[in-house]
Amino acid sequence: CMQLLVHSVSVDLNNDASLVIDIPDALCERDKVKFTVHTKTTLSSFQKPEYSVQRQHEDFIWLHDTIVETEEYAGLIIPPAPPKPDFEGPREKMHKLGEGESSMTKEEYAKMKQELEAEYLAVFKKTVQVHEVFLQRLSSHPMFRKDRNFQIFLEYDQDLTVRRKNAKEMFGGFFKNMVKSADEVLISGVKEVDEFFEQEKNFLLDYSSKIKDATAKAEKMTRSHKNVADDYNHISGALNNIAADNNTAFKKHLEKCAEVFEKLRKVEDRMASDQELKLTELLRYYTRDIQAAKDLLYRRARALADYENSNKALDKARLKGKDVAQAEENQKQCLQKFDKLSESGKKELTSFKARRVVAFRKNLIEMTELEIKHAKNSVSLLQGSIEVLKSN
Amino acid sequence: MSEERDPAALEAEDDLFVSAMESPEAARLSAEDISPSSNGPKAEPVLLDDDPDDPDDLFAEIDEDEEESRDTFDIQISVSDPEKVGDGMNAYMVYKVLTKTSLSIFSRDEVCVKRRFSDFLGLHSKLASKYMHMGYIVPPAPEKSIVGMTKVKVGKEDLSSVEFVEKRRSALERYLLRTVKHPALLKDPDVLQFLESSELPRAVSTQALSGAGILRMVNKAADAVNKMTIKMNESDAWFEEKQQQFDNLDVQLRKLHASVESLVCHRRELSVNTASFAKSAAMLGNSEDHTALSRALSQLAEVEEKIDQLHQDQACADFYLISELLGDYVRLITAVKGVFDQRMKTWAKCQDAQVMLQRKREAEAKLQHANKPDKLQQAKDEIREWEGKVQQGERDFEQISKNIRREVGRFEKDRVKDFRVVIIKYLESLVHTQQQLIKYWEAFLPEAKAIA
Repeated sequence: CMQLLVHSVSVDLNNDASLVIDIPDALCERDKVKFTVHTKTTLSSFQKPEYSVQRQHEDFIWLHDTIVETEEYAGLIIPPAPPKPDFEGPREKMHKLGEGESSMTKEEYAKMKQELEAEYLAVFKKTVQVHEVFLQRLSSHPMFRKDRNFQIFLEYDQDLTVRRKNAKEMFGGFFKNMVKSADEVLISGVKEVDEFFEQEKNFLLDYSSKIKDATAKAEKMTRSHKNVADDYNHISGALNNIAADNNTAFKKHLEKCAEVFEKLRKVEDRMASDQELKLTELLRYYTRDIQAAKDLLYRRARALADYENSNKALDKARLKGKDVAQAEENQKQCLQKFDKLSESGKKELTSFKARRVVAFRKNLIEMTELEIKHAKNSVSLLQGSIEVLKSN
Repeated sequence: MSEERDPAALEAEDDLFVSAMESPEAARLSAEDISPSSNGPKAEPVLLDDDPDDPDDLFAEIDEDEEESRDTFDIQISVSDPEKVGDGMNAYMVYKVLTKTSLSIFSRDEVCVKRRFSDFLGLHSKLASKYMHMGYIVPPAPEKSIVGMTKVKVGKEDLSSVEFVEKRRSALERYLLRTVKHPALLKDPDVLQFLESSELPRAVSTQALSGAGILRMVNKAADAVNKMTIKMNESDAWFEEKQQQFDNLDVQLRKLHASVESLVCHRRELSVNTASFAKSAAMLGNSEDHTALSRALSQLAEVEEKIDQLHQDQACADFYLISELLGDYVRLITAVKGVFDQRMKTWAKCQDAQVMLQRKREAEAKLQHANKPDKLQQAKDEIREWEGKVQQGERDFEQISKNIRREVGRFEKDRVKDFRVVIIKYLESLVHTQQQLIKYWEAFLPEAKAIA
């Protein structure tokens, strides 16, 4: 398959030099992607200053799930798990290529292969980026970076598969069963006294559906853009076929035209994939992040419900005159938990907004600059070609 | 205002269909029956080799006189202002045909007439019947479209019927321009009448006479020839080579056309999806509670809306500049192939005449020994008759071969020129789109940077 060396294209989370993580390359082996996770650290909790380990997608999911299930982190927004690498698109194309090989000319086959390689590369870039960002979110957070399993993930130089299986048995899906996805009914049903959380709740519920929709529309737009690039490719091939059959002067003209379309395809393809990386991926990521924020609200809402229940239980106990001390203790703990979640939740949601604004700004600027760059390339390519064709 | 179908014309239509297969002359005669006041029999088709300057021009080069007339080719034709006449299923569109020219064969230097689609088909059928059997490449008329036309008749004012009418208007304009670009057709009295005369006899029964209909007949005839396994002894390598070239070009152009049609389709999709994203981004901007980011997202939505319009315009350019032109050429190639088939038919006829002559000679030889002076005389007369036919057949064959060489040469020059001009126009349209893109994004950049 393929090996890829990539530089971090993500939101700049590598601010703190005490723990720097990146994914410098990845290997694709029979549809399984192996990421090279590279860590540089000055923290004493780590045994060595530098690590380089091989990790699979499932290892990232294991790490995410253990963090979700850690009660200590209930008041934090848990970085969304990276989605599974999706090679379905290029795989389909490869299938078509194999089927149609006999009916294609050598040039057509070569062109399709080119397209295919470009698609594989694009999927690759995306999946590396999103796995890298996940780790960088953890490393830049004061609490997550100290997580024991996070450290194991970065350090352990063997295959994590065995440890993963053991861990699953240990935890038994404690929080997982509770919080698979935020229960919107519960969240909106909470009688909110805190102005901050009331606002956040309304904002998150509305924003979440809007960003989901925007992501879907951006995906469609990018897909169409890629289709246009593919058409330029086919047109180029068809022009070359006609050129082969022509007399000299016109033949050169046609070949030049075929070349223009080939180059246009490359630029158009770059425009489409840069737009996807900067815009569509941004929206996709924040759709998941908004979900993680909603999960936090949900956990707080549960804690509030628990507190209210404990109050009722205490009143009952006092009435009966039985187990009052126990009920008082329970109530105290529920209140503590709820206060803790509210306090850390406020901090998390505030920094979340800041993070979101920074990420949008960075990506929108980068996307715009890239679109301008590609359009300018297009213009000079086209104008140069027009000059050549006119002079012939 | 419905027009009744002349029952006699209907029968003639059937005859036309059958007789065209038998002999080209019959096709010509029947065309006269259909259009009673056409100048059919009186005006001979304009022959290009009446040029006194080079009677021996057997080669595909354009002679100097033609070249000169091309340089002073001063005629502009526009088809515009489609207007619906009538209601319901009897309604039809009428187009304004405006001709501006300084050529002397026209009576005025600016003429404006009103024509409907069947008039164009009628013109084409007359030209095809007059010139195709002589090897002239007659530009095919635009295709009929029952679905498209029905929508217009029924009064659907939606986007697709507006597009349909525009597509047709443009096709009719290209058809006329291509027709008058042909030096012989330009001077044809039917063409002149079409462009100038305010009243045109209604071309009825244009079913069989549509461009596609004629071509179908020609192709059927060609198939019939092939089925008779007339393996023509091609003594002329030029024709064999050209036939092969056109067969290849036919396949390749269709492929190119299909790719361009796909481009048009995808670009239209891109436009729709961009508009849809713009709306969604606007909603997202409204929902966003950070003021500066909210404003930037609204600006992004506006930029994408403008880009949607750009894509729409580009898709139009894709379509009208390239796709439609390629479609025209695919049909033109079919007409060229038809002309080659006509030559084969002419050759076959010549062969048949020779076979007949041989038979008559054999019959005469037999009668020499029988004592039937009347029959002998008749046989001798028949021999003379068929000798004449053989000579005529050979002349026809030589003539059509010469014409085809000239026509193919002209066609190839035109094709190269058309393509060069169109590709530059198209690339310039792409440049314009990209320059607009740069403008829009450069205007957005400070907005993105302003997010604080």
